[in-house]
Amino acid sequence: MADAVFLALTVITIGSAIAALELRSLIYGSIALMGTLGGIAGFFFMLDAPFVALFQLAVYVGSIAVLILFTVMLVKRELIFKKIEDKRRKFAGIGLMMVVMVGLGAVFLDSGIKTISTDEPAVDFRDIGTDFVTYYWPALILMGLILAGSVTGALVLAKREDVENDQRTN
Amino acid sequence: MTNELIDFTLVSVALLGIGIYGLAVKRNFIRMLFAVEIIINAANLSLVAFGRFLPHSGGQTLALFSIAIAAAEVAVGLSLIIVAYRMYQNVDIADFRSLKG
Repeated sequence: MADAVFLALTVITIGSAIAALELRSLIYGSIALMGTLGGIAGFFFMLDAPFVALFQLAVYVGSIAVLILFTVMLVKRELIFKKIEDKRRKFAGIGLMMVVMVGLGAVFLDSGIKTISTDEPAVDFRDIGTDFVTYYWPALILMGLILAGSVTGALVLAKREDVENDQRTN
Repeated sequence: MTNELIDFTLVSVALLGIGIYGLAVKRNFIRMLFAVEIIINAANLSLVAFGRFLPHSGGQTLALFSIAIAAAEVAVGLSLIIVAYRMYQNVDIADFRSLKG
């Protein structure tokens, strides 16, 4: 059975995920997204994974959310407060969400996952470091190259000067 | 542990559902990126939860890889938003006509 901290974190995480998508202002939406990401970090702390939790706080709440906030600030003021969505699709989207939630939830509740519980001690986070430099070292190098490449690509894309407003007519 | 694996899995399923709703309904490029972020976080939560209950360090290691790759994805996504905004002066994906196949 879940305890009170878990329930509070669930309310914060799911509530701010809905708020991130439904609040009219994009700025408040991105702040609500920060709440979701922070709530997930709280779940990581509860799962005895402090290293992943701090990584989540540093990368997601610290950098990605701030990056999104700055991008939102670059957008015109009236677009920040304008809700752009397909009215016809709204009910279909809610139906799809319910199908996914109920379907997957029923499958999980019916499966053996329901009985899985553990009293074993948590994985020592030193093991993760050992994993990274022994078994996963090629993947680590590849990940570094992908990160460097994508950040360089993002900079080149954002700095492109040949993209102008008049391309809209083409 | 007082919390079972099924609790974390159900939270993850709920976040996945919300993310799918956002991707299906919203036409704002930035909101769709929010929805993608929520789905990625649901996947990470699942990974770490299963890693805790096995218990095995692989779950946390994969979650760390996933977070790092998601950071790269957001950087590229946001720069695409900036380029598209400069071209169309809008963030509505229905306006990005030249992206149609």
